[in-house]
Amino acid sequence: MSTLEIRNLHVTVETPEGTKEILKGVDLTINSGETHAIMGPNGSGKSTLAYSIAGHPKYEITEGSVTLDGEDVLEMSVDERAKAGLFLAMQYPVEVPGVSVSNFLRTAKTAIDGEAPKLRTWVKDVKGAMENLRMDPSFGERGVNEGFSGGEKKRHEILQMELLQPKISILDETDSGLDVDALRIVSEGVNRAKDNTGLGVMLITHYTRILRYIKPDYVHVFVNGRVAEEGGPELAERLEAEGYDRYLADA
Amino acid sequence: MTVTDHTQATADTAHSHGVIPDKSRADRIVSFDVDAFPVPTGREENWRFSPVRDLKTLFADEAAEGHLEWATSELPAGVTLTEVAADDAQARTVRAPGDRASAVAVKHAGGAMALTVAANTVVDEPITIDLTGVGGEVRGHLLVELGQSAEATVVIRRTGTAHYSELVSVDLQDNAGLNLVLLQQWDEDTIHAGEVVARLGRDSRLRGTVVTLGGKVVRLNTSAAFAGEGASVDLFGLYFADSGQHQEHQLFVDHAVPKCTSRVTYKGALAGKTAHSVWIGDVLIRAAAEGTDTYELNRNLVLTDGARADSVPNLEIETGEIEGAGHASATGRFDEEQMFYLRSRGISEDQARKLVVRGFFADLIHEIGVPAVEESLMRQIDLEIAHVEEELGDE
Repeated sequence: MSTLEIRNLHVTVETPEGTKEILKGVDLTINSGETHAIMGPNGSGKSTLAYSIAGHPKYEITEGSVTLDGEDVLEMSVDERAKAGLFLAMQYPVEVPGVSVSNFLRTAKTAIDGEAPKLRTWVKDVKGAMENLRMDPSFGERGVNEGFSGGEKKRHEILQMELLQPKISILDETDSGLDVDALRIVSEGVNRAKDNTGLGVMLITHYTRILRYIKPDYVHVFVNGRVAEEGGPELAERLEAEGYDRYLADA
Repeated sequence: MTVTDHTQATADTAHSHGVIPDKSRADRIVSFDVDAFPVPTGREENWRFSPVRDLKTLFADEAAEGHLEWATSELPAGVTLTEVAADDAQARTVRAPGDRASAVAVKHAGGAMALTVAANTVVDEPITIDLTGVGGEVRGHLLVELGQSAEATVVIRRTGTAHYSELVSVDLQDNAGLNLVLLQQWDEDTIHAGEVVARLGRDSRLRGTVVTLGGKVVRLNTSAAFAGEGASVDLFGLYFADSGQHQEHQLFVDHAVPKCTSRVTYKGALAGKTAHSVWIGDVLIRAAAEGTDTYELNRNLVLTDGARADSVPNLEIETGEIEGAGHASATGRFDEEQMFYLRSRGISEDQARKLVVRGFFADLIHEIGVPAVEESLMRQIDLEIAHVEEELGDE
């Protein structure tokens, strides 16, 4: 049982116009096995929340705390956060030319576990995970994200998540730009990870469609750098019907 | 970081014209007469990026006493390595020297070593020649000659310490195929100025790979001239410059006859405050060279502040009847987003850097086609990266 606890998180970013505060006091607790949908209009700070937790150097934490099972996440380097059990599925995964997917996956798994995986089971695990995500075996020989289609990039993110087995996963608009078939495949992967490892999920999304495939336990509406409203799955249904206008008028 | 990219070229454009130098590349002087080349001052077009003061001893028109130790793999049937007297060596050199260091090398080398592969001889195993500097001034003249339809892979590895100037002449008769790998793995005090001149007969194929990792100053100019139709040349280069290293590679591909293909691909990494790399790629498509297909690329990856990469592609075209002609030059900082991506998967900073740099060079290294050399180079590159980490750690 793991708990990611975010308390009063304030985050700024440097812009050409000067320092800008993006997160203005975020409170959120995610336990193992729970799925929290973070929904909100563009520019509300959802991605900033994801990248701040993962430790992207662009964002500066000015106030508040993030802990994983009581350990101070903000004190950890980017790779230490991953080793502690956090995972970020990125909206725009980065190309790393010349580094094959299979080499990358094995290197990451070795780093996370602190020892190289047993070759025979590892090959089988990778093969199985790729089959589940309908990825061709030749995928392993391609450069990381090099020339991948949008759908391939997202499946590759979920492949990593399934193999690295984090405690808490942050999915940053994993559904954006996917057709319904790809969305279903990706969602199955997330649900598998929940079932198999009791993964806790922070599901950041702009659209409600993915919530038909990944059932949230909690829905948080994110507006202007903080949580504006919280509730159960029924809140997502209301958002689907009404959109974000109600919150924007208040903001 | 200083990045000097002297063109508007971008990685995705293939243009039908390029930056044309003031004078045609064809007009540049070549001669066996040392006096035809004044001692460079650093103001000349082809010396303007070079540390001419460090190269001073290589310009001196006088005999040199030093030598390189030679060690050669067992030569298969049809392959000979012989000493050739000076007059004969000059006659068998495919083109006269193009600069003073090269002219001095030929004049004072005391003849040449000639590696000759007889016509129709196909050598499966790579022929390796290890040249080791043991200090002092050394002048070298080497002939690599492949008879008609001969095929071979030749790996020439240079290590040790020397002040070394050389001319390597590569003669490919019709339909010959040569994979030539020149490894500069000198000790850190070596000064090396070399010229490789290749002549390609009809339907011949040259793959030339230059790898420069060691030495204080390495300046290696490669020229390939097409003498018959249907020939192709692929020139690959890989370099890694640290603090205090100057690594310069100039290329000239002379399309003088129709229907020939050339590809030039050079990639370099730079790390350390005074690391300096220079790449000048000249391609000339003469009026007669209809049906030419050429592309040249230089990419530089700057790993730390202070390193300087100069990159100058030149494309001169005298006929419009060509298949294609393009060039690209790009010099970029180490990508922090790649680092973040890898590290967010638990991979340490050191290891992430290693992955990115290895990936940058991976395709080039695979082009070498000699597994033992490829593996050894990957290890060398890992050592270079480890060195970068030490430098970063010192800051």
